[in-house]
Amino acid sequence: MRYISNTSAQQKEMLAIIGASSIEDLLVRIPAKARLSRPLNLPRAMAETELVRHLQRMSGLNAGADDYACFLGAGSYDHAVPSPINHLISRGEFFTAYTPYQPEASQGTLRSIFEYQTMMAELTGLDVANASIYDGASSLAEATLMAHAATGRDTLVIARGVNPLYRQVVETYVEGPGLKIKSAPLGDGVTDADALRKTLSKHVAAVVIQYPNFFGCLEDVRSIADIAHEAGALLVVVADPINLGLLTPPGASGADIVVGEGQGLGVPMSFGGPNLGVFAAKQELVRRMPGRLVGATVDVDGQRGFVLTLQTREQHIRREKATSNICTNVALCALMATIYAAILGKRGLRKVGELSTAKAHYAARELTKVPGVSLRFGAPFFKEFALRLPKSPERVIRRLVKDRLLAGVPLKGFDRAYKDCLLVAVTEKRTKEEIDAYAAALAAAVA
Amino acid sequence: MANIPAELKYTREHEWAKVEGDRARVGITAFAQEQLGDVVFVELPKVGAKVTAMKTFGVVESVKAVSDLFAPVTGEVVEINGELPKKPELVNTDPYGQGWMLVIRMSSPKDVDGLMSAADYEKLTAGGGH
Repeated sequence: MRYISNTSAQQKEMLAIIGASSIEDLLVRIPAKARLSRPLNLPRAMAETELVRHLQRMSGLNAGADDYACFLGAGSYDHAVPSPINHLISRGEFFTAYTPYQPEASQGTLRSIFEYQTMMAELTGLDVANASIYDGASSLAEATLMAHAATGRDTLVIARGVNPLYRQVVETYVEGPGLKIKSAPLGDGVTDADALRKTLSKHVAAVVIQYPNFFGCLEDVRSIADIAHEAGALLVVVADPINLGLLTPPGASGADIVVGEGQGLGVPMSFGGPNLGVFAAKQELVRRMPGRLVGATVDVDGQRGFVLTLQTREQHIRREKATSNICTNVALCALMATIYAAILGKRGLRKVGELSTAKAHYAARELTKVPGVSLRFGAPFFKEFALRLPKSPERVIRRLVKDRLLAGVPLKGFDRAYKDCLLVAVTEKRTKEEIDAYAAALAAAVA
Repeated sequence: MANIPAELKYTREHEWAKVEGDRARVGITAFAQEQLGDVVFVELPKVGAKVTAMKTFGVVESVKAVSDLFAPVTGEVVEINGELPKKPELVNTDPYGQGWMLVIRMSSPKDVDGLMSAADYEKLTAGGGH
C-alpha cells in the first residue's frame, strides 16, 4: 500500500471549508509543553528499492519459525500451513481482515463464515459457534461475561492450569461488572478436584479450565463438568481446536462454553498475531453469545442464502445494552482456518494430533535423558510439557538459539514458582533430527 | 381507535397491568407490539424472582430490536406464561390475553396508584409513545 499525500493546494482548500487559516490553527488547544518543538528524529529519506533492502535487513534479525526449529508454544504454535491457504485468501473477493458490514451483499464471505462456524461447532462438540472473536484470550473473557449474564452469579473460578495471560485479560474485562475471581489450584499438573470443590458456592457463575492446560496436561473434563454443574455453575473450557481432531470434544464431556485460540488452524504465528478467537456454546446460550453469527436461510425464491442473525443484540442496534461490545470478527483468519480444516479433513486433523503428541512424547523422553532435566509434572500431557532444568532456562534458550533452536518458553515470567521451568511444545512439523539436535544441544548447555 | 382496555393500568414503557387483588398480571400493550413488529423471543424471570417497579424484568426481542421489559409494580413473580418460549407471536396476536407475560404478587399494592390510566396512556401513545 502506498501512502498518498495531499498537496498544499488541497490542504488550503480543506482548511478553507472548515474555516481555519492554517494547520497550526487546529492545534492551538494543545499546550506548548505537550508539543514536540523539533523535527522527529528520523533517518534520511530512502528510495523504494533502498527502503525495501533496509527493512529486509532489519526483519532478517528476527529468529522466526521458518529458519529455526521452533519448540515454542504457550498459546501460539508452529503447525504447518498448507500452501493453498495463502493462494485462496489472496483472492480479491476474500481479502479483507474485516467482518462484512453490508452482509447480504457478501454471500461468499457469509458462506465461508457459516462453514467456519459449522466446523468449530463440530470440533468443540457444541451446538453453535460464532463468526470468531479477536483471539483466545478475548474469547475467554467474553465467555466469563456470558456465564455471568446467564447465571446471574458474580464469581468465577479459574483453574491455575489456564494460560496466565488469558487470566489477565479476564481480570481486565470483569473489573467493570465487578466480578470476583477465585483460583482452583493444580495438583500434579492438573486441577485438584477436592480443592476445586472447596471454591464452589451458589455465587459461582463458571468454572474455567484449559484442555490440554497451559502446561500441556490433560484435565479430566467430564469430572470437572460434573463438579461445576452440581454447584449450578457453567463449565467453560479453553481448548485449541487443532487438538480436537484427536481429543474428545469438550462439549461431549459436558462443557457449556468452549473457547480457544484457533491460530494453529492454518494461521502463521506471525510473532504473535493476528490470531483467531474461537467461541462455541450450547444452543440455550445462543442469545447471550457475543459477536457475529451467520445463519443459513432461504430467499423469497426458495434459494439458499446466508444472513447475519441475532443482530438485534449487537451494539449498533442495542447500544449500551448489547450482549457484548464486540460486533466484528477476524474474517481473514477465520477463512484461513476454514480452508485449513477443509484441506485436512477429519482424518488429516486427527493425524496432526497424533503426530504432534507422538513427537512431543518422543521429545520428552529424549530431553529428560539429559542429566538434571526432568518433567515438572506427572500428569499425562498432549503436545506440550514443562521441563525442570538444572540451569537458568533463559540462559539455555539463549545458548540454543545459536544452534538455530527455539527451545521453549521460560515460565518464570508467568509465575515465579516455575522459575526453573521451560515449556516445550512439539508440533507435527518437528523432525526426529531436530528433536535429537535439541537433546544434544541441551545436554551441552546444562553440562 | 387505539386498543387500550379501560380496566387496565399502564406504564410509560408500554407495559400493562391487570390488578387482581394483591396480584398484577403483566404484559405489553397493543401499541408496543405494533411498534416492535414480529416478536421472536421473550425472556422472562423465573417464578420466585423479585422484581422492582420500573426496573427491567426481562427482554422482548423482535425482528427489529431487543427491548427491556419494565415491571409495573414491585413484588415476587408467582406465575410466568409458559407458552411464550414456544409461541412468542402470542404477544403480537393477543397482547392483552394469551400474550400475557407474568403475574406479580405485589409487596405494596399502593404501587398501582403510580400507574397510568387508560386515558393517560392513550394520550401518551397519541403523542408518539414517548
